This record gives sequence, C-alpha cells and structure tokens, in this order.
Amino acid sequence: MALPRSFKKALWVFHVATGSCNGCDIEIVAALTPRYDTERFGIMLTGTPRHADVLLVTGPVTRPMLSRLKRIYDQTPDPKAVVVVGGCGSTGGVFYESYNVQGPVDEVVPVAVYVPGCPPRPEAIIDGVVKAVAHLEQAGVSK
Amino acid sequence: MDSDKINLELGCTTCTTQTTYSVPIGPVHPALKEPIQFTFRLSGERIVGVDIKPGYAHRGIEYMGMKRNLIQVLYLAERICGICSISHPLALTQAVENAAGIEVPPRAQYIRTIIGELERIHSHLLWAGVAAHELGFDTLLHLVWKVREKVMDLLEQLTGNRVDYAIPIYGGVRRDIPDEKAGLAYEALSYYKNLLQDMINAFLHDKSVAMRTSNVGVLTYDDAVALCAVGPTARASGVKKDVRQDMPYLAYADMDIRAITPEDYGKPVVGDVFDNIVVRLLEVDQSIKIIEYCLEHMPGGELTSIPKVAALLAVLKKADGEGIGRHEAPRGEVFHYIRLEAGVEAPVAWKVKAPTYSNLMSWVPKFMGDEIADIPIIAASIDPCMCCLDRATLVDQGGGEAVKLKEELVKLSREKTRRMCG
Repeated sequence: MALPRSFKKALWVFHVATGSCNGCDIEIVAALTPRYDTERFGIMLTGTPRHADVLLVTGPVTRPMLSRLKRIYDQTPDPKAVVVVGGCGSTGGVFYESYNVQGPVDEVVPVAVYVPGCPPRPEAIIDGVVKAVAHLEQAGVSK
Repeated sequence: MDSDKINLELGCTTCTTQTTYSVPIGPVHPALKEPIQFTFRLSGERIVGVDIKPGYAHRGIEYMGMKRNLIQVLYLAERICGICSISHPLALTQAVENAAGIEVPPRAQYIRTIIGELERIHSHLLWAGVAAHELGFDTLLHLVWKVREKVMDLLEQLTGNRVDYAIPIYGGVRRDIPDEKAGLAYEALSYYKNLLQDMINAFLHDKSVAMRTSNVGVLTYDDAVALCAVGPTARASGVKKDVRQDMPYLAYADMDIRAITPEDYGKPVVGDVFDNIVVRLLEVDQSIKIIEYCLEHMPGGELTSIPKVAALLAVLKKADGEGIGRHEAPRGEVFHYIRLEAGVEAPVAWKVKAPTYSNLMSWVPKFMGDEIADIPIIAASIDPCMCCLDRATLVDQGGGEAVKLKEELVKLSREKTRRMCG
C-alpha cells in the first residue's frame, strides 16, 4: 500500500541528540543547507516530535537521555521510522565500558535504518532518510 | 524569591507583577542543538534567575580512557567533540608528549597548526550561521553554511574526512600536506579573503542584526575576568586572552599572534552578542593569515619522530610522569592533563577541561535582566558545546513552579529586543 499523498514531498524529521559528539549533528544540519538542500525533496527539520515522521537519532544513549528518548519515541505519531545516524548510535562505537552509557539506540527503541560512518557524509544521511520511506510504506501495510 | 528584592534588582519601580515564575527549557528543545536543561526564573518578560543543568551528554570519556591504551585514547579524544575534533587530540598529544618527553618534528607542528586553524574557520562560520538562525535570519544561515562547505571540502582533501580528521599522533602527524594540496589550500584561502568583506557587511552592517544583538547578553570585562571566561567569549569583553598569544606552542611560536578584541574593529568594547560576532568574524581573517604563513614557511623533514605504532606504544608504556597540553580551540582554551606510569599501558589519570566548561558561568550575567525572546541568541553567544562540557555534572540550586513553554521560544526570538538592564 502506498503512503498517503501527504507523505510525498513532505517527510518531516526530528533530530534527537542522545549523547552524540556533535559530528553527526553538524552533518545533519549541513544536509539541510544549500549544498545538499534536502528541502527540495520536502525533507525538513521540525521543532517537535509530534509533527515528525522520521526520528534522526545520533550518539550512544546516555543514562539521563534514556527516558527522554523513550518519551520522544512515544510522542511521535505512527507510522514512524527511527534512523540512527553514525557509528556510535548504531553499535556503541568507541563508547563502551562506561558507567553512563546505556548502549546503542536499538536497545532502547526499534530502529528502521542504520547510517554508518563517523560521521556519515550528508549524502549518506539523506540516503538513510530516503530508505526510511520504504520502512514507512511497510508500516502502512501492516496497519 | 522575594518579589520586592527582584524589583530592586531590576531597578524597576513600576512593575505590577508581584510573582516570579519558572520556565524549564530542555533537555530536548528546538532552540537547543544539544541536550542541556535551563530553568529560568522570570518576572514578567525579564529573566531574574537562571539555573543550568548540563550532563545529558556525559559519556564518561575520561573513565573509558583510563582503561585503554594511549592510541585508543586518541580516538576517544577525537570523539569528545565533533566540532573541535582536532582541538582535543592536539591538546592530548601535547600532554602525552610532555609527559613522555617525545619531540615533534617542525613540519608536523606546522601541519597541526594548519588543520587547527582550518577547524577554527569552519567552527566560526558554523557559529555565525547558528547565530543568524537564532535571530530568525535563516537566509543568512543558509548563505554562511553554503560558504562553509568550501573549508569542509578542503579539510576533506587534506585529511580524508569532513569531520574527525585523525591527523595528530604522539610525536607527529599521520598525513602530509604535499605541494599540490597546498595549491588547493591557497585557492580556498583566497576564496575566503574575497568573501570576508561580504560577511562583515551581512552581519555587522545589518540593521536587524544590530538591533537584536547590541546590548543584549552583556558580559562586562570584570565579570569575564572574575568568571574565568575563555576564548572569543572573553575577548568579546575586551580580555586579551589567547593561548596562542600567552603561551605559544606549535607553529604559533614563530608568528606574532595577538588576541583579537572588538577594538580591532574600531569599536568600543561592550561585551554583548554583537561583539561576539565581531570577534569571531575577525578571527576568521586571522586564521587565514596564520594558514598562509604556515604554508609559505613550511619546513621540510620528517612527519613523525616515531613512525612505527608498535615502537610508539613501547615508548609510551615505558613513560613515567605527568604532562599538560593546552590548545586554543575555536571556543577557547582546551586543557588536557595526563599521568602515565611505567609498565601501565593506560593513562593513570586523564582530565579534560573543555572551553565551554570555563564559559558556562558567564551565561548567568549574560542572561540576567534580558527578555525571554533573547534566550536563544544569548545561549548561542558563548558557542556552547555540551558534548565538550559534559565531563562533569553541575547542579545548581533552583526551584519554583514549572510552567511549560516549548517552541514558542523560537517564535518569540523573532521579536525584536534591544534593551538590557540590571
């Protein structure tokens, strides 16, 4: 089943930094600015998870952010897709054996797409968000 | 809080509001790029108190580092912050070289300096874009980030990555800058030289930028000294403080570096957000000149004094002692302390003091007396970096009722503000 027309050219993303080093976060902003200009595809950052279709999560999940990430995930309306940007959000990366790091994002919320890299290039982030559309379509079928 | 006292503090005799209320902002908030929590105490529109709670990005990096060997620690140091991704390794390598008595060849010192200054250019442009965004001037954000891509391209051509360059290693650098790549660097530098006047026009000669930033978020000279502010935050208040000037290291020792203050632009020092913009834009020009000097005077010779990693690890394992490393990161002084013990691969102690840590308390005088709509630009004015900052957690005393205010803040910020009192 195709997604409703409203999704086409209007995929809104919300960015959550759960303890990242800023590398991925800055590349996400770079993806929005004129060189890459994702807004021409309708991909834009929104100010609240309640308006978002895709959650871009960066960084390993630190303990203080654990409950916040769960809450933000619950606040995002269905169908939704979580895209993890960067190596440390995907696997933990260099951040292991720490008292304050809970672990990678998929231990906390279900993840649809992993974008590897430290940090991934803006092209890779855009590719990850585009792949999330396929996930959203599938989620639409199962509903 | 006693309302009479607040009115007194604000010098306001006509206030009719008799109560203050608290507005929590964060840790996840559209006006913040990274998690941090503010609790503002307000009397009407005026901020009369602020409580800052960082710690959401605390990953325990020093603790992790004390369980790994020093080469692995270098990777960790690089990932303390993705914007200052050469500043932390530069300070760490200096600390370890200081502790282990390792010499760095001159060519390696020049290459480190060049990458460090390129990072300053990209970081200051990034900040200028974010500041424009916080003012509601998104056209300028996109313009600045468009020109920033040029330095990102250059960094990628020189180091192989846009962020996390992995250039310094103990005793030298991992990649050379050959002559053909120096040509690319000259090209990018001349691009920025031609552009700088346009940037100055766009920011400093723009009426709306001046109205929103003049006399907003003022940090006086005395406060900056008393609160130990560092970097552009201190220099915007007229404090001539710069590690490159005060304690020259790397190639900076061969140059005459001067701390840049708003006086260099021919304006009196106020210490407001406008002065922060002035200092950062002028520092881009300073960085261009430093890189040009380094490229012209680049000495020949080895890239590293201990090229084999196994030999390097053996030297580091034998090392015994403690060392410090300081570097003027784009946001101010970054300081690393390390203690090594003979026979132990991991450092026995590792302490990182990032610039935002020193600048954190300067938020308090900057916020006091200003309006809610100024919160985003004042928060941005010190160029905060939570992932750098969160080496330790600070919790201040605060309290009061919680009133929710979410993305209205960004909208509010678009309203003009020009007065500051208190």
